[in-house]
Amino acid sequence: MPIEFLIFLTVFTPALVGGFNLIFNKKPNVRDTVTLLGALITFYFSANIFLGFDGQATQYKLATIMPGIDISFHIEPLGIIFSMLASGLWILTHIYAIGYMRGAKEKNHSRFFFFFSLSIASVMGISFSGNLFTLFLFYEILTLITFPLVSHKGSNEALRGARVYLSILLGTSIGLQLLGIIWIYFSIGTLDFVKGGILNGSFGSLELTLLVALFAFGIGKAALFPFHRWLPAAMVAPTPVSALLHAVAVVKAGVFTVLKVGVYIFGVESLSVSGATDWLTWLACFSILFASLVAMTKDNLKARLAYSTISQLAYVVLAFSLANSLGVLGGALQIVTHAFGKITLFMCAGSIYVATKKTNISDMQGLGRVMPITFLSFLIGAISIIGLPPMGGSWAKWFLILSSLEADKQFVVLVLLISSLLNIAYLLPLVAKGFYLNPSDQKEFKSFKEPSAFVWLPPAITASISLLLFFYVGHIRDFMINFGLVS
Amino acid sequence: MASEIKQGTLELVNHLPILQVIIPMLIAPILVVLNNKTLSWLLSFVGTLASLFISILLIQAVSDGSILTYYLGGWVPPIGIEYRIDAANAILLFLISIISAIVLIFSYSSLHAEIPEEKHTLFYACFLLCLTGLLGVVATADIFNVFVFLEISSLSTYVLVAQGSYLDRRALSASFNYLIMGTIGATFFVIGIGYIYMATGSLNMMDIAERVSQLGDNRTIQAGFAFIVVGMGLKLAMVPLHVWLPNAYTFAPTVVTCFLAATATKVALYVLIRFVFSVFNYEENFVSELFFLLLMPLAVIAMIAASVIAIFKQNLKKLLAYSSLAQIGYMLLGLSLMSQKGLSSSLVHMVNHGFTKAALFMSLGAFMFNTKNVYIKSLRGLGKSMPFTSGAFVIGGLSLIGVPGTAGFISKWLLLEAALETGYWLLAILIIVSSLFAVIYIWKIIEVLYFAESTETYSEVSVLTLMPIWILAFFCIFLGINTGLTVDVANMATEILFK
Repeated sequence: MPIEFLIFLTVFTPALVGGFNLIFNKKPNVRDTVTLLGALITFYFSANIFLGFDGQATQYKLATIMPGIDISFHIEPLGIIFSMLASGLWILTHIYAIGYMRGAKEKNHSRFFFFFSLSIASVMGISFSGNLFTLFLFYEILTLITFPLVSHKGSNEALRGARVYLSILLGTSIGLQLLGIIWIYFSIGTLDFVKGGILNGSFGSLELTLLVALFAFGIGKAALFPFHRWLPAAMVAPTPVSALLHAVAVVKAGVFTVLKVGVYIFGVESLSVSGATDWLTWLACFSILFASLVAMTKDNLKARLAYSTISQLAYVVLAFSLANSLGVLGGALQIVTHAFGKITLFMCAGSIYVATKKTNISDMQGLGRVMPITFLSFLIGAISIIGLPPMGGSWAKWFLILSSLEADKQFVVLVLLISSLLNIAYLLPLVAKGFYLNPSDQKEFKSFKEPSAFVWLPPAITASISLLLFFYVGHIRDFMINFGLVS
Repeated sequence: MASEIKQGTLELVNHLPILQVIIPMLIAPILVVLNNKTLSWLLSFVGTLASLFISILLIQAVSDGSILTYYLGGWVPPIGIEYRIDAANAILLFLISIISAIVLIFSYSSLHAEIPEEKHTLFYACFLLCLTGLLGVVATADIFNVFVFLEISSLSTYVLVAQGSYLDRRALSASFNYLIMGTIGATFFVIGIGYIYMATGSLNMMDIAERVSQLGDNRTIQAGFAFIVVGMGLKLAMVPLHVWLPNAYTFAPTVVTCFLAATATKVALYVLIRFVFSVFNYEENFVSELFFLLLMPLAVIAMIAASVIAIFKQNLKKLLAYSSLAQIGYMLLGLSLMSQKGLSSSLVHMVNHGFTKAALFMSLGAFMFNTKNVYIKSLRGLGKSMPFTSGAFVIGGLSLIGVPGTAGFISKWLLLEAALETGYWLLAILIIVSSLFAVIYIWKIIEVLYFAESTETYSEVSVLTLMPIWILAFFCIFLGINTGLTVDVANMATEILFK
């Protein structure tokens, strides 16, 4: 199959699945099976793109809007990794969502799955965008489509959270990112992604610094301090949304955009020469430590995970700011390993909620004994986030440390180490309390058990993949090196 | 630039510039004579379709940069009246005629809810006269003729606005207010024309342009220009001459509001553009200083202040009316940059905003069928019971905000580019701030539509009502993806105007 056709299909299939969700509104079993099939097919297509990729960076134009502004797609290693990640995890999250939505007795399932599928479609669009305009288009669509998912419960609290979510994401993207894009278009005349960047020294170092700021803050989905508040606010959404969208698809779309802009618009080399990202290194380090410290104060499990996500996302922004190819490698690996780790944690939080209706960590004492699989998965996910062997997450930290040494920024190493310690301090107590402490209410405790397999199996699978990533990370590295993303 | 002038023979194509103005004008009295409600709708619709068809032919003929002229009665200008079609007015003729055709489809199924049936014939006659006036203003190249057509359209507009009084008596005072302000505007305008005639002795635009350039620094011409700017400022609702607009839009029948919001103010702005570029010399100091010192600040005030006011409005028609004021600010801003890119963004935004605002007002009208008013609280939960109308409203709203993939994004993009080109960074930031305000007031409505519990259940409006709404919504998307109709023609137009 021609490769442009495959790109179209990866974007189109989830959108079509969204349509089916509305058609089979009244038949939940048919609807959920169709969605599962759609998720599998989408993954199949993006895997085929991976297999058929020959390193050619051809632009496939869909439509020309104005001279120099096209809707176009292209294929490159980062996009392939991101699309396979999102579509693969969609399969697992969907299985999980079936169990969760029924188990937690949420309403409006069809609307939920409709918007869920559409947001996957826009994530696919983001991963194969061939220029900054197309990327921006799908980026905005993703913001709008995830709004109904965040406000799904319809309560005042959910609406308030969703409003914060929307206003920060739209505000930063229209207010800052769009300005950056127009500036580039106005100065260069093109927005195409080209390896090595398209700026070619048309910006002075002060202007370049300003442009970096417009993108670093304008890509609000990357949740860099001080535009991180939307992420905890979005935690009012049902857990599958938090798991796939706010641990993987949406936030990764943000940091993916950061990396993509760094590699294909700014160009890593010219960034490192100009020093336009030096200030960003400091800010990213601050964001890492700050979010970790806030996470320690949160008793609500999902809120704690949200702040942990903010901290972990800043690792990728840090990778961008280090501006060398080891950094890009570390950033890409961080996207992958953090996705598996964090989705595991969120799904575990959800299964605890389905089984016990508990959301606060202080109430979860002793639960590990009745829900051993969930808590073991949580432990594995947590270790991967912390970055300890033998979990995949350790490699991302490894390359980031190498990269910061290469960039001659030794203090970053210290920040990374402190951050890992902080991670231990806020992630592991839950597991320890779950297994070693006695529950406060014995009678209630007796009635708890693992929820249905739909709910506990997916996190177990993602946790196992986190483990496997430790051993097979070389393949991802080779893939990126072979196709010239990093050297 | 190829500007070939086609003139002379009896072929029908040479009469197109006048035909589309004449057709609605001739049908209007026939309606009154026939006095049949259904027939008058049908005739008006056929008339507007004919105008639409002609305007499409015209836009095709001039899209290569050529200019069509027509001498009324065969009298050669400067004695006779000349009609002159180029890319700049062809695009507006298209906008006016297509909006009126779409609005008429809507009125077939909706008018009886707002106006008693025995008045329908007169309503359609007035509507056609208004259409005639707007088309005439745009097509003519004779400045006194501009005034005549402007008054034809304005007088019928006052009547049309007053038709809202069957639902709400306040329409009468709104219409009266508009009448007074509009007449003051027209008076200023005609005084301005008088000054120009005094100084040059001509009424033909091309002819005046030549003579003005020979006159050099002339006080009479400058005074005439000032009068014209104020007169048109009133008609196009430039802040602070806008006070007639919010009430007129709020209390007029939906059909009228859609039509006016999409066309009337744009036509006045077009007249201003035409005078600046084709009558006066835009490079003269007094023109560019006026634009820089007066219009630009006023445009910025409109953009920001009107958007902020819109956020606090509970009556949604009023909310959209204030948003229109802000959007007029964008168009004026584009013009006041005095660059090709700026002018082109202004022209593009006229068309894009025309479709966007018509879609929004029309879906509000459809909500009104059920709720009987347009206060934000009565729209609670309508997203569920009226999914198609609400869907179209959301599309229109996104286009108003300027989300990529919609028409509004294109105009905002062009305007930002133009602002950056001239080096006004602050303007670019203000434009963005203003569109963030738009996010707030549109999202406020969307939230009520979809995430508030409904108190009553309503049924969706009929397919015939939905069709025009969705045609407009379709254009909001289409013009955001295919810009051949808007950007290309506007670029051609600016080249002609800046020649």
